[in-house]
Order: sequence, then C-alpha cells, then structure tokens
Amino acid sequence: MSQTVNIPGTIMLDGPMATKGYPLNKMCYSFNNAAARNEFKEDEEAYYEKFKLTEDQRDAMRKRDVIAMLEAGGSIYYLAKFAGLLGLSVQDVGGLQTGMSTEEFKAFLVKQGEV
Amino acid sequence: MANIIGGITTSHIPAIANAMANGLEDTPYWKPFFDGYPPVRDWLNEKKPDVIILFYNDHGLEFFIDKKPTFAIGVADEYHNADEGWGIPTIPPVTGESDLSWHIANSLVEDGFDMTICQEMKVDHGLTVPLNLMWPGHNYGHVKVIPVCINCEQHPMPQPKRTFALGQAIGRAVQSFDDDLKVAVFGTGGMSHQLDGERAGIINREFDLMCLDKLVSDPEDLTKYSNFDLAEIAGAQGVELNMLIAMRGCLIGDVKELHRNYHAPISNTGSGLMLLEHTMPEK
Amino acid sequence: MATNEKRDIPGTYLFDSTMAKKGYGLNKMCFSFNNQEARDEFNADPDAYCDKFNLTEAQKKAIKEKDIIAMLREGGSIYYLAKYAGLLKLNMQDIGALQTGMSVEEFKDMLVKNGRGEV
Repeated sequence: MSQTVNIPGTIMLDGPMATKGYPLNKMCYSFNNAAARNEFKEDEEAYYEKFKLTEDQRDAMRKRDVIAMLEAGGSIYYLAKFAGLLGLSVQDVGGLQTGMSTEEFKAFLVKQGEV
Repeated sequence: MANIIGGITTSHIPAIANAMANGLEDTPYWKPFFDGYPPVRDWLNEKKPDVIILFYNDHGLEFFIDKKPTFAIGVADEYHNADEGWGIPTIPPVTGESDLSWHIANSLVEDGFDMTICQEMKVDHGLTVPLNLMWPGHNYGHVKVIPVCINCEQHPMPQPKRTFALGQAIGRAVQSFDDDLKVAVFGTGGMSHQLDGERAGIINREFDLMCLDKLVSDPEDLTKYSNFDLAEIAGAQGVELNMLIAMRGCLIGDVKELHRNYHAPISNTGSGLMLLEHTMPEK
Repeated sequence: MATNEKRDIPGTYLFDSTMAKKGYGLNKMCFSFNNQEARDEFNADPDAYCDKFNLTEAQKKAIKEKDIIAMLREGGSIYYLAKYAGLLKLNMQDIGALQTGMSVEEFKDMLVKNGRGEV
C-alpha cells in the first residue's frame, strides 16, 4: 500500500482530511446556488452553524485564510466556489496562499511557462 | 489487527420489515423463515463483532440511474434511512466506522477496485432489514456498519468473478488494519427471484441450494456464471447472488458451515440464511 | 451457459443500456415517489405529473392503465416501478399477478410450488 507522501506546501485531500473537511466542503458546494450564496452573505455565522463547521473552519472562513481552510480539510474545488463568491480569481487565491500580490503571482506563473 | 470472524448470508426483502413491524413472525407463512434466525443471533451475541461489513444493493433510495456506482463504499460515522416510497417504517440511524472504512477504500483503490466513496449515503431496506433481523427491535446501535453497495439493477453490472475478487480484496484490507477489531461480513439479497416481466415469480430451489453448497466449499465455481446466466437460471433479480459471492470472497482457508435455513417462498423470493466461519489468519 | 452474451429470455426485460436510456423519464418520475409531496402531487393530477418528467405517450398510457408489462417495455426499472406500485398500494404478489395474467391467489400458489421445487 502506498504511503501518503509529504510534499512541502501541499495538503493532500485523503481520507482523514475528507472526513474532517466534509462540513466545510458541503457548505462551499452549496454555493453553486445563488440562493445559498445570498443566504451566506446575509448571515455568515448562521450559515456556518447550518453546516456545523468546526471552530477551526469557522475561524479560517472568517479570516479568509485559504491555507487554514485547506488544513481544516477544505478541497480546492469547493473552496474555489467560495473564492468566486468573494469575487476572487484563481490567481488572487494563488497570491493569498503564497504571500504574493496577485500581480507577483501572475508573473510567477508566466515565468514558469517560459522555456 | 482486525480479523474477520465469520460471514452470514441473509435475505433483505422489504416484506420482512413489514412482517416484523406487524408482529407476524409466528404466523404459518413466516414462521419457517424466522425460525432460522435464533442460532445466528446467538452466534452474534456470543462473538460480539465490533464491525459488520454489509454487502447490499440500493433499490433507488440513495442512488438513481442518473449516476449509478458499480461499487460504492460508505465511509461515514452514521447512516440514515428515509422514505422509500411504499410504506415500510423508516428506522433509526445506523452507526458507521469511518476509520476502517477509509482504510478499506484506500486499500481497494490500491488493489484496482475504483470505488465510489460516500461520506453521506442513505441506506435502504437492503441494509436495514438484515440488521433488524439479527438484532430485532432495531437494537444494533452498538455495532458499527460499513455499507458496500453493488449495482444489481442496471446492466452492465459487475460480474460474479469481479464481486468475488472485491470480497477477497476487502478481506485483505481488513487484515491489514492495525486496530484490534472483530469483523463479521454479511452478504444480503434474495436468492432466485424475478419481479418483472411475464416470467415474474420464478424461484429455482435446486439452483439456490446448489449455490449455498458452493458458497461453503467451492465459491470459485460460482464465478463461472455471468449475470445474464444468473438472470436466465435464477430470475432477473437472481443477480443479487453477487452480494453473497462478495461476502464469501472475504473468507479464507477452510470454511465451515455452522447453520443453514433455506426457505421459499418469502414474498417472491428464495431465502438462504447461512452462517459461516473460516480459518482465522495467523497473528 | 457461462457466457456473457446478451440473450433473449422469454418474459424477461433485462434493464440494460437501451432500456435505461429509453426509460429515464419514467424511472425518474417513479424515483421521485420516495417523497410524500411528490406522491401527493401525482395523485392530484397524474397527467400533469407525467408531463413534468417528459414521459412519452406510450409511457403515459402504461402509467394510466397501470400496465406493468408496458412500463417494462418502455424502459421501466422494477425498483422504481415498485415505488409506483406502492403508491397504488399494490404489493409484489399483486404486481406478479398483473404481469402473469394470474389471480393473486394463483400467483401465490405458483410461488409456493416453485419454492418447493415442484415446477
């Protein structure tokens, strides 16, 4: 059986993480619906309660701390929906996670694409 | 390490739930069926398994044919039943075993079985009826259940040789789990039956009895059948034999039959109750 | 024997890819009967409810006439049709009788004989 590998700066969504992150991911998955997005915007705390987020997850959400969301079991595909709700692009999210500005992050992407 | 202590085959039809809800166990129609169960209940109460791995098929509660998993496994800590449309009583939640479930899921995918992994899964009579048969009065809250759901509805469905191999892979997965847990495996489903078509009502007693014999002594012989063979010989829903075959795949070495009760008909089906023990792996 | 070749089994409608596609709307409607509100909505106006799921004319006719065999021919899967049967308060022996042209008692007798291995 392959062991879970430790890749620095990478949080794998495996069994324990998926179990831990389930409420957070379920909440973010609900953001597919406009009604859910509006409900969240009206009262974030009530919406966390509705999905029974853990304290760590609520805290990460309040701080818009993407890394903390990942550490709390968030799956990037659902977190991306939260980012969308906040009007953030994938590059904005990249910047937030790496501590770069969005412009720096974009430049970083371009540089890697160069031969 | 975790150990499989034995396997059980049982019917799971909704008519049993109705019979139990209405206290019909001792009526002439039902008595020959229910009389088979006390020895199996005694075994469970004596051996006290911590976990039940339960092979069943969903009949349109959790899964619809918009997305129909071939093999699905539950990894939750709790499962709920719900209204199935035709009035059998909804039952209390079933306790899950998330850690072992995930371990099995990991091991299966590693082993080439690409499971659908479910953190939420409504469980229907296919799962709940057997539990209530073993612990009447819905007294199964102390047992942790791992649901393994096999497509028995829509062709293409997994062939017997594949479900047998799935059982073998689950057996290996359980053995490689570090915690000391006692695990029993249930293979549930009607034996021969056909609910649909002008051919509705066929039961093949001889074939069912042969299958029970082979499940003890020579399960690989059953893997020569295709699902179309089973439909022809044992009725369109005779393919539920796959769940019994999967259960048997989990057992190793010398398999001993401790108890059997075949009875037909209950509702439209042949019912095969069997209790098996096997050679326990070396510690 | 022991081949996975598709075959015709008389009186049997195997639910395969062709049927699954053809019967999708019908099965989806019957799947909805898991919910009490859906059952109530159907009972209030069966035709409108069939239209909601885009049933074909043949499927609507089969539902209206409670013709199980016709439902199977139109792609119905027995597990979902069973929910429609439940809505009609029919059990599996009633359904068996309807499909085989027997009375319910005759069908039950046949099951008993089959169970004894007499047939």
